Amino acid sequence: MLRAKSFSVLPGFNLALGYTLLYLSIIVLIPLAAVFVKASEFSLAEFWAVVTADRVVASYKLSFGASLLAAIINMVFGLMLAWALVRYTFPGKKIVDALVDLPFALPTAVAGIALTALYAKNGWLGQFIEGELGIKVAFAPLGILIALVFIGLPFVVRTVQPILEDLETELEEAAASLGANRWQTFRHVVLPILLPALLTGFALAFARAVGEYGSVIFIAGNIPMVSEITPLMIITKLEQYDYTGATAIAVVMLIFSFIMLLAINGLQAWTAKRTGRDR
Amino acid sequence: MGTIAVPTVSTAGASRQTKFENNRATREPVWVKRLVLGLSLSFFACFLLMPLIAVFVEALRKGVDVYWQALIDPDALSAIKLTFIAAFISVPLNLIFGVSAAWAIAKFEFRGKQLLITFIDLPFSVSPVIVGLMYVLVFGVNGWFGGLLQAWDLKIIFAIPGIVLATVFVTFPFVARELIPLMQAQGKEEEEAAIVLGANGWQTFWYVTLPNVKWGLIYGVILCNARAMGEFGAVSVVSGHIRGLTNTMPLHVEILYNEYNFAAAFAVASLLALLALVTLAIKTWVEHRAQVATSGH
Repeated sequence: MLRAKSFSVLPGFNLALGYTLLYLSIIVLIPLAAVFVKASEFSLAEFWAVVTADRVVASYKLSFGASLLAAIINMVFGLMLAWALVRYTFPGKKIVDALVDLPFALPTAVAGIALTALYAKNGWLGQFIEGELGIKVAFAPLGILIALVFIGLPFVVRTVQPILEDLETELEEAAASLGANRWQTFRHVVLPILLPALLTGFALAFARAVGEYGSVIFIAGNIPMVSEITPLMIITKLEQYDYTGATAIAVVMLIFSFIMLLAINGLQAWTAKRTGRDR
Repeated sequence: MGTIAVPTVSTAGASRQTKFENNRATREPVWVKRLVLGLSLSFFACFLLMPLIAVFVEALRKGVDVYWQALIDPDALSAIKLTFIAAFISVPLNLIFGVSAAWAIAKFEFRGKQLLITFIDLPFSVSPVIVGLMYVLVFGVNGWFGGLLQAWDLKIIFAIPGIVLATVFVTFPFVARELIPLMQAQGKEEEEAAIVLGANGWQTFWYVTLPNVKWGLIYGVILCNARAMGEFGAVSVVSGHIRGLTNTMPLHVEILYNEYNFAAAFAVASLLALLALVTLAIKTWVEHRAQVATSGH
């Protein structure tokens, strides 16, 4: 079918679209292009040398590893929390529901110092974990994981929760009447429906965690080769006025971000298809 | 529609949960329920509730006097002022953008619409540190417009305009992504009726479209504002950390913290935490109102 550009009686199309494109270009597209133009100034060999330096590679391993692990933890506990919020009644539920979005609203620097205070050796939780169990959390890679779990939690809960709310009970009733036990129903009926949303939440939390800076630097300790995240490497290069080096690492991160953005778009399309929700 | 999750106004019913617990088919054994509740709420306490409480406890650890002194310190006051300036400029800019983008995307058909929506989401997937770097590359001394700016004696990087620009970037999609799905869902029949009845474009927008999307709009604006006031990474790169001049509240928190002045750092942080709580309260209220509005019809 040939879709003609439909005539509309509504005014303001040129103005609205023109302004949108202008503003988008000035604020987002031109500055982003600057990164790639700057990166094209040096040769492939130079670029490769910067982005595969030992200290930088160590930071990739840490950033991507910790982000992946944090996203997995969030997927498990985020699902449980979403389940509890949709299916159970318990005192203080409304407050818990509202506070799930705290990582979206609380400035990352505040989250960083608060988590550090909590998990440092003399903190409320740190005195048990580090004092009694001897596991160092703050100023170690584990601290980075804690900060990234904090940052990513709402992504999983808020993508799974609406799907769980829309889920009709008929499916579970049918499964039960056919003799499935509760675990089988969950595993074979509920989980497949939730899976796309769960993976979307996972991808969102992962993508956000890799780029996260504010909440991590306070708790990380920032020891070279041990607890330096990739965004910190960019900052370090900038502080040394090594703009080309900073740009090279930024390009690696941006390419990753674009891939994640495409993956997330795909996952969301899958979620919409699987659940019939048109979001 | 491809969008990245920031919470959207949820209209799903909240009164259904007892239904699950009374229905044998959707009810778990008591021990499972206790286990899930126990694990998820402990997780919630360790990662969300306790850090929040810790901010206020640490802030008041050395007494109300120290707390108050930290807040009325001239550097703190100037940081608070700059934070408000950055938010007051960036939120309206992104509000106007969000409305115009949503009008174009939701009310008209054109090629490349999906690509435009993806581009609007882009700022959410860029690391804040890279945002700062971008603007340094464009407006810094050695950047694209560095020479030009120097010739005109203008300073963007390590000055207030840079902070505002970085804030605009990181809060760019908030209003647009809230309004686009909402206005798409509402269609354009009402607006078309208004135009046919003789209203002009602005009247149509003001009296027909705006009342329909006001809750989504408020929702987007408060989240945009919270991020604008709290942004750290991007602003940190372009600010230059000049005390009393180019420090926002989150940067002031960092400086105090790195000077081991923990009580003062947490005192300023507690203001930001309060802002977060107010944001969440308004957000919850807006969600409630949006729910009432949709179920009222």
